[in-house]
Amino acid sequence: MLAALFHILIFPGLLFLMAYSLFFDFVDRKIYARLQNRTGPRWYQPLADFLKLLGKETIIPDHAAKKIFTFLPIVSMAAIAAAYLYIPLFLPESLYPFDGDLIVVLYLLTIPTVCFFLAGWFSTSVFATIGAVRTLTQLFSYEVPLFMALLAPALLADTWSLSGITAYYSQHPFYLLLNIPAFLVAIIACQGKLDRVPFDLSEAETELASGTFVEYSGRYYAIFRLAIDCELVVVSSLIAAVYLPMHSDSLLLGIVIYVLETLLILFILALIRTIMARIRIEQMVVLCWKYLTPIALLQIIANLLLKGVL
Amino acid sequence: MNQRITIPIGPQHPSLKEPGCFTITLEGEKVVSAVVGVGYNHRGLEKACEARTYIQDMYLIERVCGICSHTHSTAFCQAVEALAGVEISRRAAYIRVIMAELERLHSHLLWLGVAGHEIGFDTLLMYSWRDREKVLDALALLGGNRVNYGINTIGGVRRDISPSECEQLRSMLDFIEEEDKYFIDLALHESTLAARLGGIGRLSYEDALRLGAVGPVARASGVPTDIRVIEKYAAYDEFPMEVITDEHSDVFGRAVVRVKEIMESIKLIRFALDNLPDGELKVNVPRRIPEGEVLSRTEAPRGEDIHYVRSNGTDKPDRVRVRAASEANWHSVAHMLEGDYLADVPIIIAAIDPCYSCTDRAIVLDHRDTGCQQVLDWEALRRYSVDFYRERGFDAKSIKIPERKIIR
Repeated sequence: MLAALFHILIFPGLLFLMAYSLFFDFVDRKIYARLQNRTGPRWYQPLADFLKLLGKETIIPDHAAKKIFTFLPIVSMAAIAAAYLYIPLFLPESLYPFDGDLIVVLYLLTIPTVCFFLAGWFSTSVFATIGAVRTLTQLFSYEVPLFMALLAPALLADTWSLSGITAYYSQHPFYLLLNIPAFLVAIIACQGKLDRVPFDLSEAETELASGTFVEYSGRYYAIFRLAIDCELVVVSSLIAAVYLPMHSDSLLLGIVIYVLETLLILFILALIRTIMARIRIEQMVVLCWKYLTPIALLQIIANLLLKGVL
Repeated sequence: MNQRITIPIGPQHPSLKEPGCFTITLEGEKVVSAVVGVGYNHRGLEKACEARTYIQDMYLIERVCGICSHTHSTAFCQAVEALAGVEISRRAAYIRVIMAELERLHSHLLWLGVAGHEIGFDTLLMYSWRDREKVLDALALLGGNRVNYGINTIGGVRRDISPSECEQLRSMLDFIEEEDKYFIDLALHESTLAARLGGIGRLSYEDALRLGAVGPVARASGVPTDIRVIEKYAAYDEFPMEVITDEHSDVFGRAVVRVKEIMESIKLIRFALDNLPDGELKVNVPRRIPEGEVLSRTEAPRGEDIHYVRSNGTDKPDRVRVRAASEANWHSVAHMLEGDYLADVPIIIAAIDPCYSCTDRAIVLDHRDTGCQQVLDWEALRRYSVDFYRERGFDAKSIKIPERKIIR
């Protein structure tokens, strides 16, 4: 019981996730800054930002539904932290593995997006409403290719559990190369999930003045920001677990491998953020449905055929 | 979703660098209509000019705009010089051209960064503003300041350019030329940039003429308007000039025109440095300017800049009218916004490179002509405001102002 609480709340659960996400945010900002020929922040800047936001005045709009308004940041944070528990991080197995945890993780990761939508909707400000509508439009365009791309490797491994995927690909490491198209699709589509350039339409600072979160301030906004940072960690870990499953029985080596893998994915994500402009909502829908979905679909078909051959 | 919603972009909005209010009516994500509201920054500048001498006015006029300060002071100087009937030396005219083109370099690089930021492409912002620093350093070298250089004075210029400064300028130009080649390549071939800028904010050749667009906005619609060529002021008559135009007629075209104009400006500065004539910097101009009126035009980085000066024979102008380039371009903005997506609103507004504060002037409505009944005089306005608050339960008369205690 005590050990379980320790795992869930401290390591590798909530507290570690928060700490690692702040570090991740720092690395992201530093890479972004260095690629743009800037100095970038110091290592404690994300923590300082978070603490400062916590201390700021919290304003809740008169017209907003107060309970939901205050509840949503916590729900999204909780969903993300829960998803983290089911992803194999340092060891080949996650904390509580079961058959089908891949699907559960994917659905847990949808909850924050729905929370962002509701947050914008219940703020009852025009900017937030437009941001909320965009969040949903975005959800409908990236979710399908992202799910298909993440399920394709699982199909080849013939299992719905993340631990099963790890076990299968440690036995056949070269099969990982077959999933490269799905990997690329997932990397592009997850930018939409994470609200990052080129898909940061729901926040779009220069158009919507930070969109869904425009009415949030103080500690609720701080929790939202932290949740978004944590989401970045969880999604990177998920992609690492599905496409780059490394096998190691020692905890220390496992941690090193995990950090390197997630940082590699973060680097790719930061690179995309640096070299792209924000695209329009209809361009995003076209990109996701016209290009990403067919590629992911082809990958699934190919994997199904390959499974018969291999 | 056919419900129409109206959102205000401004007066406080992260994409606007100065206050202005754009009331956008949306149908889904499409802009149905747009109303441009400017006038938040009236500074009483023209009236202030009338209360000061011509030399004092120079300091005011230089501060009309933070970015195109030199071109405003050039236009004003030209007007006063024409009234006084003096001609400045060739060297002074060349130095004015060098400063004007340096200013264009830094303004266009600034615009490129702002445009990048508006479409969420912050890397472009960081790169172009990094290069812009070099130009600002050069301006600080020549003028002593990064923004208001104080080079112009009535009758010539205040500072000379030494041979060593020429050398430093040349090395700066080489650097900017290399960087600008990269920006031209980026503007013409980068796919997300083309996807975001192409086809939005359309302004056809006819509309550009009808709505009176000036500067890069007009040139991107294929109108070859450039005061440097039409009315060869300062030393531009001796320069080989090429007017950059583009046929895209959209925001993409405006970006292309601007990055190509950077190249053209570099060429002009090089030519000026090579052929810098000798001569006096300043000729004397009498303090009292003879009676008369003059309209003077210059080409600011944003377009045509018009100054009107009327003198009454004293050392103070009778009337000064400043028409900044953005004022001419505002009229086309609403037209450009209609039919585009909300996502494109910031970049379309930014594409005219707007200067809000430079534009804002008080406007007097003559109700005899317009039939407008809403013109209030000062007393009526005071009474209106008292009634306005009384209706809302706030009586100004009921407030007792405590007697002032005099502290000794």
